[in-house]
Amino acid sequence: MALLQTENLLAFYGDFQALFGVDITLAEAEIIAIIGANGSGKTTLMRSISGLLGNFSNMVRFGTIPIGDWSADKIMGLGVAMVPEGRKLFPSLSVEENLLIGTYGRKTNGYWKLDTVFELFPILRERRNNPSTTLSGGQQQMVAIGRALMSNPRVLLCDEISLGLAPIVVKDIYKAVPAIKAAGASLIIVEQDIGQAMAVADRVYCMMEGRVTLSGTPNNLSRAEIHNAYFGAVA
Amino acid sequence: MIWVDTIAQGILLGGLYALFAAGLSLVFGIMRLVNLAHGDLIVMGAYLILVLVTFLGLPPFLAVLIAMPIMFALGWSLQKFILNRTLGNDVLPPLLVTFGLSIILQNVLLESFSADSQRLPTDVLTTASIDVGPISLGVMPLLAFASAIFVIVGLNQLFYKTSLGRAFRATSDDPVTASLMGIKPANIFATATGIAMIVVIIASLYLGLRSNFDPNIGPARLIYAFEAVIIGGLGSLWGTLLGGVIIGVAQTVGAAINPEWQILTGHLAFLSVLLFRPRGLFPRAND
Repeated sequence: MALLQTENLLAFYGDFQALFGVDITLAEAEIIAIIGANGSGKTTLMRSISGLLGNFSNMVRFGTIPIGDWSADKIMGLGVAMVPEGRKLFPSLSVEENLLIGTYGRKTNGYWKLDTVFELFPILRERRNNPSTTLSGGQQQMVAIGRALMSNPRVLLCDEISLGLAPIVVKDIYKAVPAIKAAGASLIIVEQDIGQAMAVADRVYCMMEGRVTLSGTPNNLSRAEIHNAYFGAVA
Repeated sequence: MIWVDTIAQGILLGGLYALFAAGLSLVFGIMRLVNLAHGDLIVMGAYLILVLVTFLGLPPFLAVLIAMPIMFALGWSLQKFILNRTLGNDVLPPLLVTFGLSIILQNVLLESFSADSQRLPTDVLTTASIDVGPISLGVMPLLAFASAIFVIVGLNQLFYKTSLGRAFRATSDDPVTASLMGIKPANIFATATGIAMIVVIIASLYLGLRSNFDPNIGPARLIYAFEAVIIGGLGSLWGTLLGGVIIGVAQTVGAAINPEWQILTGHLAFLSVLLFRPRGLFPRAND
């Protein structure tokens, strides 16, 4: 049974329809990547799953529980944590406080706690008392990931975690993914960098204009197929 | 020596104004909500204490302890069921609704208690004074000032040392991202207003012990509270105490020069701070 799935997911911003029947499934201990151009609906999909955008109840399910119409705070309590696009750290909170607030709605005895997050990203231990605004972009991204991990999520949603970061920093951040998976989370990674997505994911979904246009395992997808699914044009 | 005395009295009066202002500052700091009924809520609190004192025969200091949970529940419900609906990108709805609430409160108090001015019963302790060198300080103003410091220290501890305080600050920064942390912003706001009402009832106690009150004096308390918050810098609680002290000293010094000037000099002090430091003395960095 899927850990998390969407079924015929529709999403709207007022009169504007952003998703037209998206079906994705995430199995236990799986990493899936969602790729697609700007405006293809990737972030809307993340917002729908995390509860920031309301949907009909059955369109999103966590195990057998329909959660499409749940609020974000309630979904987080189930163990679905999100690393939002643009990091969205709390400027009034120090690095350590940003990490601690990740446990507000879900207290667990799981693997991730301050110490283990500092082991994963050692630089954060040195910066723990700094305001989060004084960190570099890469370090801020580490805080955002650590903050989501603090609740020991069963599903970790990562929205554009490489956005605006230098390639070497992106590599550093993706190095954390195996440890995150090993600690018991399944991941949905939204990524514009196709190479990065193919390298890390078990399965890939490609989106265009609010629909899934292609899905499969990285080995079975050709460059040409992805190009078509991405741009909608014949290569 | 008369000037030392005047300034000392002004500082102590500032403690009372800081108590008026602390609840306003708390609510504004967390949800950017300007509660125009704040002064009337203080007056309502004074009547609540009066009722408890009259019907249960309690001393005011005990009555205020009983009033605290009542006020918390009232503030929580007010925020949860009414004020949360007014929050959004538009600043006008909360102003209109709290303005309306102010009028309703004044008239309900007027209907229930008449326009006669009231006062909380004082005893030997509350009218006593202590001689400090050449000047003599009232026990009641000293208690008010000590309470203001106690409230501000307490609120700062709450804000910076507890998990709830982290949630307050995070929600203030970004309610949408806060909800991804499992925080329900509507409940955080309700809790914040509940806590603000506990501060309000402490202010009510000293308002009622210090002077007479009637249903119509709320708006003037609101103005003093506003001025204290703005002089101190929005969102800074210690700034609010300093703001209260500046207004208090300006008022007593003005009154010492000419009794007609008391209110005027307080407002002039506020205007000059606005002129030279429009963001207040301790503005928050990220506003």
